[in-house]
Amino acid sequence: MTADPALIWAYLTQGPLLWLTATLGAYALGDAAFRAMGRQSWANPVLIAVLVLGLLLTVTGTDYATYFEGAQFVHFLLGPATVCLALPMHDNMARMRAAALPIVAGLLAGSLVAVGSALAIAHLFGLGPQVLASLAPKSTTAPVAIGIAERLGGLPTLTAALVLITGIFGAMVVTPLFDALGLRDWRARGLAVGTAAHGIGTARALQVNPTAGAFAGIGMGLNAVLTAILAPLVLRLFV
Amino acid sequence: MVPVLFTILAFQLAGEAMSRTLDLPLPGPVVGLVLLLAAMRLRPGLAEWLRTAAQGVLAHLSLFFVPAGVGVIAHLSLLRDDGVALLLAIFGSTVLALVAGALAFTLVARWTGQEGGE
Repeated sequence: MTADPALIWAYLTQGPLLWLTATLGAYALGDAAFRAMGRQSWANPVLIAVLVLGLLLTVTGTDYATYFEGAQFVHFLLGPATVCLALPMHDNMARMRAAALPIVAGLLAGSLVAVGSALAIAHLFGLGPQVLASLAPKSTTAPVAIGIAERLGGLPTLTAALVLITGIFGAMVVTPLFDALGLRDWRARGLAVGTAAHGIGTARALQVNPTAGAFAGIGMGLNAVLTAILAPLVLRLFV
Repeated sequence: MVPVLFTILAFQLAGEAMSRTLDLPLPGPVVGLVLLLAAMRLRPGLAEWLRTAAQGVLAHLSLFFVPAGVGVIAHLSLLRDDGVALLLAIFGSTVLALVAGALAFTLVARWTGQEGGE
């Protein structure tokens, strides 16, 4: 038996078990904190887990590639989970069909404002064309956003980071924002958050209300297509 | 359980294949979602058969974003130069887009008599 902690550490860091366990543990901690704070949206479990893991990686001097070897199993489940969004959509099909026109209106407005206002603010601060191209698709789901950013001449890693910050911020702000505005239609709330804050916003909507979750799913899916069309056109106004 | 997991993965796989083959602007899992939704319309029994597993996976949807989120910390240096401006652009545009999307939905719902979800 080896008693040297350095050797045990070296052994553990070679396999995926350590960082897989840490990822689940950090999320469980974030979720427990979220519940303990009375499900306040600023205590977002994703944000808490990310900060805890970021701290752990820094303290232990672990690089992201090593971390991802363990975390990839969790990351992989994003795909099957996205497929599963078909279920709440199926359950809400009659409602979505009845609301086809409002969905189109909400989607167009949300998508245009997301791209246009982000670029306008960034342009005001004098950010360059490469950064603007990386920012333009930040409201869509990560794989689509990266594809769009590449086509526009942006930086894919920067886009990935901006997409995640958008999602976490959207998930945190959506409930207090709409409560303050007195907006009670779950369909409108869901569609708007799926359009503005993709999957992380959709995950938040599912926690709050199943109808909001279904409409968020449709907002996320349709905005992926719409942003691919709109982002290059809007970007042309600023560069 | 295994046949259910197989089915979910098979739809994702079909979605990935279709997205690549037809060069669609949508990622594979989103195409898989559309295919599964179509299959559920054709055979409503499929939705009930998948329900427990799908609801279990969706209950933890936000967990699956954690590894990518940690990547942001790893790439924080990319944000250093323009960090404040980028954060303001994201915060401002997300609030504006949420309000614009929800208001447009609500107004058109009122005009077309599709008011009120509940």
